[in-house]
Amino acid sequence: MEWQLSEDRPIFQQLYEQLCRRILTGVYPPGSRMPSVRDVASEAGVNPNTMQRALQQLDSVGLTESTRTSGRTVTTDEALMRQIREELAQGAVQQFYAETSALGYTREEAKQLL
Amino acid sequence: MNENVIQCINLSKDYGSGPVLEQLNLTIGSGRIIGLLGPNGTGKTTLIKILAGLLQPTSGQVLVDGHVPGPESKAVVSYLPDKMYFADWMKAKDLLDLFEDFYADFDRAKAEQMCASLGIVPTQRMKTMSKGTKEKMQLVLVMSRKAKLYLLDEPIAGVDPAARDFIMNTILTNYSQDGTVLISTHLIGDIERVLDEVLFLKDTKVVLHDTVDNIREQQGKSVDALFREMFRMNPIEGGNQDAQ
Repeated sequence: MEWQLSEDRPIFQQLYEQLCRRILTGVYPPGSRMPSVRDVASEAGVNPNTMQRALQQLDSVGLTESTRTSGRTVTTDEALMRQIREELAQGAVQQFYAETSALGYTREEAKQLL
Repeated sequence: MNENVIQCINLSKDYGSGPVLEQLNLTIGSGRIIGLLGPNGTGKTTLIKILAGLLQPTSGQVLVDGHVPGPESKAVVSYLPDKMYFADWMKAKDLLDLFEDFYADFDRAKAEQMCASLGIVPTQRMKTMSKGTKEKMQLVLVMSRKAKLYLLDEPIAGVDPAARDFIMNTILTNYSQDGTVLISTHLIGDIERVLDEVLFLKDTKVVLHDTVDNIREQQGKSVDALFREMFRMNPIEGGNQDAQ
């Protein structure tokens, strides 16, 4: 999976979203150890401090857990992962409506398209 | 250990035809990558040269790692000038020898490895190298030191986009954890994602000093776009200095 960063939004947020996606799709499997900050930062070609911030946000929503001795591991909490997956899917749906409405479709018409 | 790698207090520089830097106050901490941005002639190179100890400020004070620029600061500062300063008869290998002799913190193995991945042949002479290869060579030398402060004056101007990515990655992976990197450049879009903070210089002053993500969050646009907007010029009237 490639890292894609757009121009208009904070980099750490975009990294956070892509890290979420990687966890939800099993690129980083549940219970596994996350790669180090430096490694992911260099893979994505971004500043390690920015990556650190994105990873800390994963910690704060509970998708990963940091311990002092064993580094950062991916959660095994399936309910949480389902919930976050749904939130991301909702975001995608909203974006679909926003884009179709910019083309002059009503919500109902947009649903027809699907 | 000094927390602030760079500290400028009321720093001014005047070459005789009006101020280049005026009453500049600035603190930069360690472990960060900072972009020094501004239109041509706003004092970026002057500031870097003062930090490197090559120029004396007209007034005000500068501290680099707690020292006034001098032998102590130069030992921990790795400086990449905006011009080539190596004799053209030298081979890449001669330069490695020179740096190894000159700087205690030079890591030769690392430099040779970087040369190899950038395709620089150790026996090649400077005068037969292309502009981009010379720049790469210079960057290899500068980044192979384990310095506290790297001053890079336009490090990627002459290299191709693929090598540019490689160089940015080199900078990312090679600066020491407690080292700070100050990069002056016009290629903002290319380096934006590796920067922590940016400094905008305009009309002898620092007009903006913030993190990249704060700028994107507050302005809703990239640093590159903000720069173009702030320094937009009118081509018909030959550029308007007050354009906001």
